[in-house]
Amino acid sequence: MTSRSIAVNPIVGEGSSVMGRVIPVLLILAALAYLGIFLVMPVAIVFFEAFRHGFGAYLEAIKAADTVSALRLTLLTAAIAVPLNTVFGLAAAWAITKFQFRGKDILLTLIDAPLAVSPVVAGLVYILVFSRHGWFGPYLIDHGIRIVFAVPGIVLATIFVTFPFVARELIPFMQAQGNEEEEAAAVLGAGGWQTFFRVTLPNIKWSLLYGVILATSRAVGEFGAVSVVSGHIRGETNTLPLQVEILYNDYAYSAAFAAASLLTLMSVVSLIAKKLIEWKTRRKPAVLET
Amino acid sequence: MSIEVREVHKSYGKFDAVRGVSLNVEKGELVALLGPSGSGKTTLLRLIAGLEEPDSGAIILDGEDATRHSAAQRRVGFVFQHYALFRHMTAFENVAFGLRVQSKNVRLSREAISDRVMELLKLVQLESHATHYPSQLSGGQRQRVALARALAVQPKVLLLDEPFGALDAKVRKELRRWLRRLQDQIHITSLLVTHDQEEALEVADRVAILNAGLLEQVGSPEEVYAHPATPFVVDFLEDVTIFHGRNVAKPAELEIPK
Repeated sequence: MTSRSIAVNPIVGEGSSVMGRVIPVLLILAALAYLGIFLVMPVAIVFFEAFRHGFGAYLEAIKAADTVSALRLTLLTAAIAVPLNTVFGLAAAWAITKFQFRGKDILLTLIDAPLAVSPVVAGLVYILVFSRHGWFGPYLIDHGIRIVFAVPGIVLATIFVTFPFVARELIPFMQAQGNEEEEAAAVLGAGGWQTFFRVTLPNIKWSLLYGVILATSRAVGEFGAVSVVSGHIRGETNTLPLQVEILYNDYAYSAAFAAASLLTLMSVVSLIAKKLIEWKTRRKPAVLET
Repeated sequence: MSIEVREVHKSYGKFDAVRGVSLNVEKGELVALLGPSGSGKTTLLRLIAGLEEPDSGAIILDGEDATRHSAAQRRVGFVFQHYALFRHMTAFENVAFGLRVQSKNVRLSREAISDRVMELLKLVQLESHATHYPSQLSGGQRQRVALARALAVQPKVLLLDEPFGALDAKVRKELRRWLRRLQDQIHITSLLVTHDQEEALEVADRVAILNAGLLEQVGSPEEVYAHPATPFVVDFLEDVTIFHGRNVAKPAELEIPK
């Protein structure tokens, strides 16, 4: 009887209390070591290398014309892609969760496609469609419109890779919330827009913001798809991640790490924003509790 | 305002939820739609509110064909089983919602809305809870806020979908007596969906019994109880007799089943 109870529940047993204390400590240490090697160290190295030649050199590297234009292009791309995908994500999530229609599963699968398709393949598709030898390329070039190896291509590729984030964040949340509040609003005489702005949007705002932050991080950091369509024209079609690679290949290590530090800073900001939202939504049970 | 349901049919795929039901509710009357779950009573209520569209048949509100009108146009009051309060709004804001979304030319002034909301919260005995969020209210309190919210826009018809279904037995009994008194006070045409025979017989002026999407019998509580028209009604109301029998037992003789 006694031996059986020990066998069933070893941690409570007399001899295993030392183990019971050691195992959690070991697990925590292992996790910390893992995080240290794979997350903290690279970030630390980025900043260490960026400042290796002092703060003055760092500022010089950041103020270099090509890096500034890369930063500007990155921000411009995000500023176009994120709002578009926010509107699209909202519309898709609304359609999927509030209405019944044929082809719903197909739409859901399509939304997931960019997560399944390699970004490089996505970039190549745009080349196939819009380049000089592509389907629409000759027509567009004849009319003076350049898509690939130009800014529009970069924006398109970024829209493609970031479009699941807002929709994916909203769909499960809106499904869990159901339709009743919208129905109540309709019966009380509210129109579609009134229902959206007064009932739906306040209920989903944190979830929406969360999705927007994820999409922004990805838009800023995207490398693969953008690399394929960019054409790497210095000062014109290089985003910040591409600029980091170019500088590195030019043996301009400090400058490369300085540019990388800008990207890292943006990630840190979005990480903090993400944490703040999680904290905010936990602290406001009155708003989120069902 | 009267409600007239004329030969209404509604199916979901292969499932016929409502099969050619006709029903009249006179002005100022409280009618209970009674039936087991899956009998189509909630579907019928949602069809009248405009939350569902009938496949065929007509919904006539106050003598006017409202079949093609949207839920917003019908101006009916609807009380949901799970309250459906706006969770990010206080009790006050919930009740004020219907008044605030009205178009500018008919909307009341800010002060008039405030007066009306407080008046309604008083009616449901919750004026001290005006600033509470739904999550800070009990089930019974939430349902009273929902009722005040439905009444705020002065609907001509009140539709209640199992309004007490999610509440415990004691609160449920209190609330339904309170609803009956309210009905005697303001005489609003009401349709109450319930699966509870006792509730229907106690509260309603007339009872409409539904089964498998068909209307079995309509009549006063005494009528349907004393003269059940179909075998289903006999069977369905039989339980009530047993329930009444238990009710008169002395506490000492009561036994908890199982």
